[in-house]
Parts: sequence; C-alpha cells; structure tokens
Amino acid sequence: MPRIFLPLTLLVAAMFAYAPIMIAGAPIESTMFLVQKIFYFHVPSWFVMFSGAFLCAGASVRYLAKGSREADHYAVTGAELAVVFGLIGLITGPLWARKAWGVWWEWDVKLTLALVVWLTFVAYMLLRRYGGPGSEKLAAGVGIFGAANIPFVYYSVNWWRTIHPKTTVVPTLGPGMRGTFWFCVLAFMLLMVLIVAARVRLERQRALVDELYLNLED
Amino acid sequence: MTFLRVVWLVMRKDLLVELRSREILYTTVFFAVSCVLVFAFGFVREGQPMGDVGAGILWIAVAFSGTLALGRAFERERQSETLRALLLAPVDRPALYVAKLLGVMTLMAAVQVVIVPLVALFFQAPLFEHFLMLAALLFAGTVGFTAVGTMFAAMLSRARSRDVLLPVLLYPITVPVIIAGVRGTAALLQAEPDPAAARAWLSLLVSFDVVFITLALWTFEPVMTD
Repeated sequence: MPRIFLPLTLLVAAMFAYAPIMIAGAPIESTMFLVQKIFYFHVPSWFVMFSGAFLCAGASVRYLAKGSREADHYAVTGAELAVVFGLIGLITGPLWARKAWGVWWEWDVKLTLALVVWLTFVAYMLLRRYGGPGSEKLAAGVGIFGAANIPFVYYSVNWWRTIHPKTTVVPTLGPGMRGTFWFCVLAFMLLMVLIVAARVRLERQRALVDELYLNLED
Repeated sequence: MTFLRVVWLVMRKDLLVELRSREILYTTVFFAVSCVLVFAFGFVREGQPMGDVGAGILWIAVAFSGTLALGRAFERERQSETLRALLLAPVDRPALYVAKLLGVMTLMAAVQVVIVPLVALFFQAPLFEHFLMLAALLFAGTVGFTAVGTMFAAMLSRARSRDVLLPVLLYPITVPVIIAGVRGTAALLQAEPDPAAARAWLSLLVSFDVVFITLALWTFEPVMTD
C-alpha cells in the first residue's frame, strides 16, 4: 500500500465531513432557494464522471498502443468511476430539475450528453462482464470511441435543442458559493484519486493471483 | 498486394457469397419494411401521420436494419471459420476493415432504395423534392453508422453474447449520426424546407465520418490481434 494512502483517506474523510457545514453556510440562491444546494454534490459528480471517462480513454489508447496490463487496470477503473458517479449525477439531476424547472427530465444539452456518455460506459462494463475472454481489448476500442464521441454528442444535441425554445438555468455563482463549490469539487477529485489508487491495486493483485495459479498448475 | 486491391478482392468475395444466397439482403430488407410498418401503427392516427415522424422512422429503420446486416456479415465469417484465415492473410489489416465497411454499405444502400420510397408513401413525406441533399445525408449517415458498426461487429465476432452487445455498444456511440440524420432530413421535409440547416447537419455527419474512420483504421489492427 502506498504510504500516501492513509493520510489521503483521512484528508478526504475530513473534507467530506466538513462539506455539509460549508454548504449550509453558503448563501441561499435567490431564485431556487434551498434546492440549489444539491448543486454542490451534483456538479462535482459530473466532474468525476467525465474525468473517469477520459482516464478510461487515455488508458485504453496506451493499452492498445503498448499492450501494458497496467494501463488496462486504469481503463477499467476509469469506466467504473464514470458509471458510479454518472449514476449519482443522474439521480441528483432530476431531483434538482423537478424543484427548479418543474419537470423531472429536460432535454438540456448537458443532461443529454451526460446520459449518452453514461450509457456508453455502462455498455463498456457490460462488454467486459459478458464479452468472455479477450474482451479487454475490445473494451479498449469502445472506451476510445466513447470519448471521441463526446464533442459530437455535445454539438448535435446543442443544435437539436436550439430548434426548440431554450431554457437557460445554469445559475451564476455568487461570491460565497464559489468557494464552497470548488471545495466540493476538490473533495470529489481527491476521492477519485483515492478510489483509482485502491481499485488499480486490487486489479493488480488479482492479475498477480491469476498468474500464481497458472504457475502452480504448470 | 496493394491496399486497394485487397479491399476490392475481399469486398468482391463478400458480395459474391451474398449474391449467391441473397440471405442478408432479403432478410434485412424485409426487416426494414416491417420496422417501418410497426412505426406506422404507432405514429399514424386517423389516417394522418403525426408531425414530422417520417424522418425519424426512416432513420430508425436504417439503424435497426443496419445492425442486423452488420451482425450477419460477421456471423457468416465466424460460422465457416474464415475470419481467422482472413486475419492470417499477409495483407494490411485496415484493408480488411475497409472492405467489410464497403460491403455492408452496399447492402444498406440496397435497403435504403426500398425504404425511402416506402416512407415517402406511408407518411406522405416529400422525400424526393430535395433528392440530392437527402441522398447526401443518407450516404454520410450510413458511412458514419457503418464505420463504427463494422469496427464493433468485427471485434464482437470473437466475443460471447455478441448479438445483444452489438446494439448496446453501437447505439450510444452513433447518437450524433441519428440526431444529425433525423434533423437534417426533417429540415428538408418541413412545410418550408430549410436546405441551410440540412447542410449544417451534413457537415456534422462528414466530420463524424472522418474522425471515426480514422480512429477505426488505427484501432482495427491492435484490437483484432490476439
């Protein structure tokens, strides 16, 4: 276990324990009032999801180019993070939308983009889980294609939306909110680093155990 | 052998096999026709189609029948164990990809020849008024869809549960193609056609094609190597 692991865990735990206090202390938003507070956890989950997606794509490129097993461990970790934190975003998003816009779902560009990216990485996980032996390589292809698709989905959904009346809802952050927001983003990103470290280590140990079993059978 | 010659030979082989049985062609065309029919029951009310559904139904039929054709194209190679032989051949791997891509595109073009008039007929859609633009949209959309689809179908030919995984992987990635295709076609079908909007969608499709064909040519070799 890397020596940085324990202090990092303590730091992340402390940050998450302090986050609610900071969020409670942040000024109340003028149009959405208390509901807007979900934003401090909702947006950072999207940050982690997209970072996970790009981690997966970057690691997949490395895996295909160099064939390094280590890169594949990072790729699966990135995809899992994208799925888990995407799910958090997809649950908190409609909760917020219901109170702020009056509907559970809005075909807003960010929401739709997030849904499509999330579906891509769910498909990635399904392929790894049910694709049988050798599916790591195929999954790497999916990871790269999925990340390359992000700008196209963004532009196409944006143009598709502009044909209809647009609802602008993204709140402008007041000075008291900005600090709290970036604090939460930092907490989520550190949590991500922690999970990546733990998950990659698990994957590495698993590969090692497999190798030992194979050697034993020989 | 040069790249283009390999492409030509593999594609000719595929089309010859297909021409002898016409299995994929017939099944895919009739699948697309049934698709359009099912949607007609969903979206035609009191004899009148609802809004601009024609464009959407056309593209859904293209995407669904395309998935079927992609799956079958590689199933044939797998059943007769010829995929390995193809991969063992001392030729450029990307040439195999391009050949398969062109083969599937030929099939999909045949499907479109049938379903475009059918959609025009069933949904009273003036599909032939801006025929060149529509043909360009369909061509660019089909290239994008099959560029991703051929790559995934080739990868999955060795995987378990490939039949289900192909659409699961393919549809999220081809969302931009479907949106651009449907909106571009709808722009041509509305009461006052808007060719400028259709051109904008066409340019999105073309850039999608360029990016994903480049990516597929690069990833095909490492992904298909055991």
